Amino acid sequence: MSTVFIALQANEETRPIIEAIEIDNPLAVVNRQPAMVKIDAPNRLVIRKETIEEQIGREFDLQELHINLITLGGNVTEDDDSLTLSWAE
Amino acid sequence: MDMKVAKKKLGLKEKYRLMTRDLGWEPTYRAKDEVFPYVNYEGIKVHDWDKWEDPFRLTMDSYWKYQAEKERKFYAIIDAHAQNNGHLNITDARYLSALKIFLQAISPGEYAAHKGFARVGREFPGVGTQVACQMQAIDEIRHAQTQIHALSNYNKYYDGFHAFADARDRIWYTSVARSFFDDAMSAGPFEFMIAIGFSFEYVLTNLLFVPFMSGAAYNGDMATVTFGFSAQSDEARHMTLGLECIKFMLEQDPDNLPIVQGWLDKWFWRGFRVLGLVSTMMDYMLPKRVMSWREAWEIYGVENGGALFKDLARYGVRPPKGWDDAEKAIDHMSHQFMLGLYQWSFGTSFHSWIPSDEDMDWLSAKYPTTFDKYYRPRWDHIRKLAVAGTPFKNFGLAKLCQTCQLPVVFTEPDDATMSCHRETEYKGEKYHFCSDGCQHIFDNEPEKYVQAWLPMPSLFQELNGDIGAWMNWVGLRDGEDNGDYSGSRDQRNFDQWRGMATSNT
Ligand SMILES: [Fe+2]
Ligand SMILES: [Fe+2]
Ligand SMILES: [Zn+2]
Repeated sequence: MSTVFIALQANEETRPIIEAIEIDNPLAVVNRQPAMVKIDAPNRLVIRKETIEEQIGREFDLQELHINLITLGGNVTEDDDSLTLSWAE
Repeated sequence: MDMKVAKKKLGLKEKYRLMTRDLGWEPTYRAKDEVFPYVNYEGIKVHDWDKWEDPFRLTMDSYWKYQAEKERKFYAIIDAHAQNNGHLNITDARYLSALKIFLQAISPGEYAAHKGFARVGREFPGVGTQVACQMQAIDEIRHAQTQIHALSNYNKYYDGFHAFADARDRIWYTSVARSFFDDAMSAGPFEFMIAIGFSFEYVLTNLLFVPFMSGAAYNGDMATVTFGFSAQSDEARHMTLGLECIKFMLEQDPDNLPIVQGWLDKWFWRGFRVLGLVSTMMDYMLPKRVMSWREAWEIYGVENGGALFKDLARYGVRPPKGWDDAEKAIDHMSHQFMLGLYQWSFGTSFHSWIPSDEDMDWLSAKYPTTFDKYYRPRWDHIRKLAVAGTPFKNFGLAKLCQTCQLPVVFTEPDDATMSCHRETEYKGEKYHFCSDGCQHIFDNEPEKYVQAWLPMPSLFQELNGDIGAWMNWVGLRDGEDNGDYSGSRDQRNFDQWRGMATSNT
């Protein structure tokens, strides 16, 4: 098993995004550090547009993630509805 | 709520195809080799450039939109910082040493990365690659500019910031980062991608920007957090590009594997040596610390780097050659380097200091197997000398490693009481190295590294060893920018201004 992760700035825009990630990834662990939040997950982490939209109550373009993205670890696969981080098992 | 306009938006994949692939063309009145003359000599074989896919599928129109938003956020905070005495809100002016090193050594590296990506964006034939490199070239110049801009506010009040560009070119410790970038920029386009896209972005920026910027937040430095995270929001894309480039080379042809592996070995070690500066900034220069260098290495080096190499094993890639030596160095490097900086503090455009009792207790808790055994006794001795009025100063010149340009201050990987030193003779000249890793790099490309510009020999060739003239030349004001923090003008000013900011007298 390898850990994938994503780190986002800690701010009002990312709060619902982090909540959405927690909903979609029950195995994810959220680490809160000064000014940033790092989310780790075993092998795979999925970020879903639909879940984020449910949290924020408006349309969300997944590429908006770039604004508050700090770093990530894992291979990235992105399409219109989701962004997935994964390591080969 | 607004009515939805029934205009079908292009899907991500479709848009990416139209806005990147469709912008390319086949040359007709010149041969492709003439248009892209630099892609073959490194030996990397590419059969189909269209297999290059940006995992984020970012297109220029979205790029400008999101970058503009990042800039607006950045300047809102930088303005607030300048308007609200931001320079007084840091925990302690000792912290500024880390920023001075950052500005002198790292920000110019951003500019170098900009130049490099502008170049390789032209040299690669694939359109997806060209667009990604073009975005990164623009990102990197943005990083250089926003960093210099954010830190210029500190330059109004504190010493050591004013001559960062001269320091970058001429002073000794900055040549570590400078030589890293010069080495990358004088390599071919594929090696450049491994050097910057992989080593610098994937291995280094996590360790450099993430815990350090979080540390800046912890130390009340709003300006640095802002430029750090604003830059880092681009780095995730850069890391992904670096990783994409490696996978692309490995998938294109099995003959590429040994070349790529050689570059991974080389650039891992080059990057690791640059981290010597960062480890010291993290362990010694943040008055309030988020995590130790060791802890950061566990997360971003061992865990994340380990995961990456496990993943790349499917292509036949093994972890870089210096991996084990790096692990052995982790508990020593920040201490050894800070001891070096302290003894040569006459020649640094920032302040260093003897750690307080509280700092030392923190260091022993974080480095239980090494700090009390090897380093506390040395700091205790240095403190005794300082109290007796005979501070430990080394006015001699450090012997520098021909490859990484760090002073040769490290110990043998398996014996922390033996200083590590390697030598190679090449065409009748002797060259010195700090480690096996650096010696191997030299031995593979001696003709490149014999040409390295090293600051110490230049001091003698150009300035006849005149230290005063050297200080002028590097922009170092003796007694202001350099030396011990305690008794410095930065310390006096900070204490006095902070007093004024929190009282009315
Ligand atoms: Fe950058
Ligand atoms: Fe970058
Ligand atoms: Zn070296």
